Amino acid sequence: MTDTSMTPAAAAPKKSSLLVQDARTRKRNAAEARFRMYGMAAIAVGLLFLVFLFTSILRSGLPAFTQTVVEIEFTLTQEQFDIAESKMLKTGEYQKIFVNALTEQLNASGLDVDFDNEAIERIVGKPGGTIRSFFLENPDRIGTPVSFELAASSRVDGYLNGRITRDTLVDSRFLMATDLDLVDALQDAGIVKGAFNWNFITGTDSGVDNPGGAGLGASVIGSFFMMLVVLFLSLPIGVAASIYLEEFAPKNRWTDLIEVNISNLAAVPSIVFGILGLAVFIQFAGFPQSAPLVGGLVLTLMTLPTIIISTRASLAAVPPSIRDAALGVGASKMQSVFHHVLPLAMPGILTGTIIGLAQALGETAPLLLIGMVGFVAREYPETFVGGFTDANSAMPAQIYTWASRADPGFYEKAWGGIIILLLFLITMNAIAVLLRRRFERRW
Amino acid sequence: MPFTWLILILSAIAAIGFLIGRRRALKSAGGDRRKLHSLPVYYGANVAMWAIVPAATVLIIWMLAQPFFVNSRVLDTLPDAMVSEGSSIGLVMSDVRRVADGLDVAVQQGAMSRDEAASISTETSDVRERLGEVGVALGTGVSADVLKGAQLYRTLNATSSTLMAVLVLLIALGGAAYAYSRSHADFRARNNVERGILALLIAAASVAILTTIGILFALLFNTIEFFKLYPAADFFFGTNWAPSFSGRGGSSDLGVLPLLWGTFYISFIALLVAVPVGLFSAIYLSEYAGPKVRSIAKPLIEILAGIPTIVYGLFALLTVGPLLVSMFGKDTLGWMQGGTAVMTAGLVMGIMLIPFVSSLSDDIINAVPQAMRDGSYGLGATKSETIRQVILPAALPGIVGAILLAASRAIGETMIVVLGAGAAARLSLNPFEAMTTITAKIVSQLTGDADFASPEALVAFALGMTLFVLTLGLNVFALYIVRKYREQYD
Repeated sequence: MTDTSMTPAAAAPKKSSLLVQDARTRKRNAAEARFRMYGMAAIAVGLLFLVFLFTSILRSGLPAFTQTVVEIEFTLTQEQFDIAESKMLKTGEYQKIFVNALTEQLNASGLDVDFDNEAIERIVGKPGGTIRSFFLENPDRIGTPVSFELAASSRVDGYLNGRITRDTLVDSRFLMATDLDLVDALQDAGIVKGAFNWNFITGTDSGVDNPGGAGLGASVIGSFFMMLVVLFLSLPIGVAASIYLEEFAPKNRWTDLIEVNISNLAAVPSIVFGILGLAVFIQFAGFPQSAPLVGGLVLTLMTLPTIIISTRASLAAVPPSIRDAALGVGASKMQSVFHHVLPLAMPGILTGTIIGLAQALGETAPLLLIGMVGFVAREYPETFVGGFTDANSAMPAQIYTWASRADPGFYEKAWGGIIILLLFLITMNAIAVLLRRRFERRW
Repeated sequence: MPFTWLILILSAIAAIGFLIGRRRALKSAGGDRRKLHSLPVYYGANVAMWAIVPAATVLIIWMLAQPFFVNSRVLDTLPDAMVSEGSSIGLVMSDVRRVADGLDVAVQQGAMSRDEAASISTETSDVRERLGEVGVALGTGVSADVLKGAQLYRTLNATSSTLMAVLVLLIALGGAAYAYSRSHADFRARNNVERGILALLIAAASVAILTTIGILFALLFNTIEFFKLYPAADFFFGTNWAPSFSGRGGSSDLGVLPLLWGTFYISFIALLVAVPVGLFSAIYLSEYAGPKVRSIAKPLIEILAGIPTIVYGLFALLTVGPLLVSMFGKDTLGWMQGGTAVMTAGLVMGIMLIPFVSSLSDDIINAVPQAMRDGSYGLGATKSETIRQVILPAALPGIVGAILLAASRAIGETMIVVLGAGAAARLSLNPFEAMTTITAKIVSQLTGDADFASPEALVAFALGMTLFVLTLGLNVFALYIVRKYREQYD
């Protein structure tokens, strides 16, 4: 009886197959695929930013390494020289000779453009003085063909690498639209051409109105002296501090305090270190402003936590058996550390130091506060000690200075400066990686 | 005596001390090093240490104290009227120092004799002109008081330096002689030297504490000075930031709120970019990516962290800014006036923070034990379900900590905002407007020509203090969260 009253099966068992996905599985799989996509997209976005950053650096910075020059060859006869030297306006006379030579060469290549003295001056400055001083110094070259390379003005530079176009050019005393015809003609005749701009690498800063002549050399030297200070202070102090904390420090309040301090200093914004440098080193201790010495001291304090953290890691990586073996044959604790542990940890310490130096090299904010920005680094330091104490700029500070000048001609220089800065950083990091690969030991 | 000579002589004393100390110890053992308590080097090192360390300590302390002493003595001789006449002590002293330096240069170049430099007076000759001849440019004429102060400054410095040199050398010789007299076979030289080295190690480790004290001292001292000139309530609650440019104070509005707002707004946008991208990168790299992809993509993303901030600043100013203007500017949507804006700085700062968030989160996700993943897979969860419902909750405290650390980085970042965010302090909600931050204003207030004692310059220290407290608070809070909510798996 009861059989009949049995209810039919609550629900027919769903037909499911391992081969066919049901709706829920499909949904879950879709969610899975989506989630994975988000991850890939995030990586792609990160890499895209990287590519974007580097292309814009390279595209905007590479023109800084070329310099447009006007190359012209001509022979100055003794007669011309005597006449020119007898005139009142000597350089003017040389300029005439130069213009004649230029016209001749243009005509020789079948081009005919009208131009006047002012146009020449707008394009290459005043060539007369350069030519005169060359022949005064080398009188034996009179009568022989001499080839001159004269740097074109930064605006001509801008025209040739596309920063200035005919449409955007506003006639000014710096460059007129008509000059561009002359530049085109000179280019066709092969007189104007690009040359590697050595001045950008070896030269010094030029002041606010001459972007063409600006060079990074002096600030590279400034950075170099700063890095010397950082290296010779932060390496010994950092290593000594790490040895104490890792090998000798007892567990007490003082040690805790030091540890907390180091981890906090690693997180203090760099501008605060700049304030410290300004208030303590410059105002309080009376060190000279804008000096690489002060910059080096500030960067040392900033780099110390980095160096201490990496040094401690490499000290801790040396296995205790080394220490025990040294103690076992009668070395004192100090001897076991300095004779055995430290040499074994050295590759790791050096790697960490180089990375710390690379960080310090690119740091800008503290340098702004110790006066490295208002200063125009026109000269190389004269003596070795002067390299530390004379006012100078540093690479990142120089880049900032250029970036904040009104003339857009400096932007190109700033990008170019960044390329040089990054080259230094890449080299340092590559050395660190090589060191690690070559000497790293797994215990 | 020039400083470098002093150092050279000190080193020479130490070197000679090393040699004779070592020889004396060896001699006392009859030339047999086995009878010595320590290796011979330690006897030499002990003498050298005694020669250098006390002398160098005195040298450093003296050099720190000398400017104080000289300054206060010179200030005593200057008439009070000069200092109060709308000028500050610092300005008068820098005048004095400049004249004194000028006299030094003149003596060095032979334009003046030593006696002349010490006795020259404003009544008999034009000091400014004389100094101008040797290439020392002085802004204004030299008053008699300043000249007298400068002369006193020079004599005091000269005597003090001579005294210092004599004292330091005496201490060095005395120390060396004391250690030398103790160099004999029974002396426990190694233990002594090692104790000295340990003291040096402790001193090196304490540099970190000194730095913190230095930072606090520099910030606090000047902040208190600032609050004497400008009411603290107006600084903390003022909604207007308008420093006067005269540098003489009075009419400046120095309210910190617009700066705080700009700082937080920019940091918020930066985190809006960095957190999703960084977190998803970390998840993908640690959970999905094979070892090959990981070994390429991870270092590439971390390159972003190694790029100096000045590069990002320039990138914001010259690439991202103009790009945003071309997208949202006058010609298209009209939201943006100029290239420098909250959006520009925030975006670029976000890019900078991506590797920061991603590598910290990566470490934390990797620290979640494999057993938890396996358990979840065993129940039939997909990878993404495991990540969302098992791994992320387990890693959450660490990730929140990482985000807080990134936020503290964003707040303290300087170059990007100096170049990319603009200079106008504003309380506005529009992310396409230029705003400014605490760090940018620290730079602009301290690099201008404002007098150092004016509230316009001193406010930078109060801003620095605010920044220091903010970032330190965030860091401590981040560590606290990580420690308190961390799951213990062992």
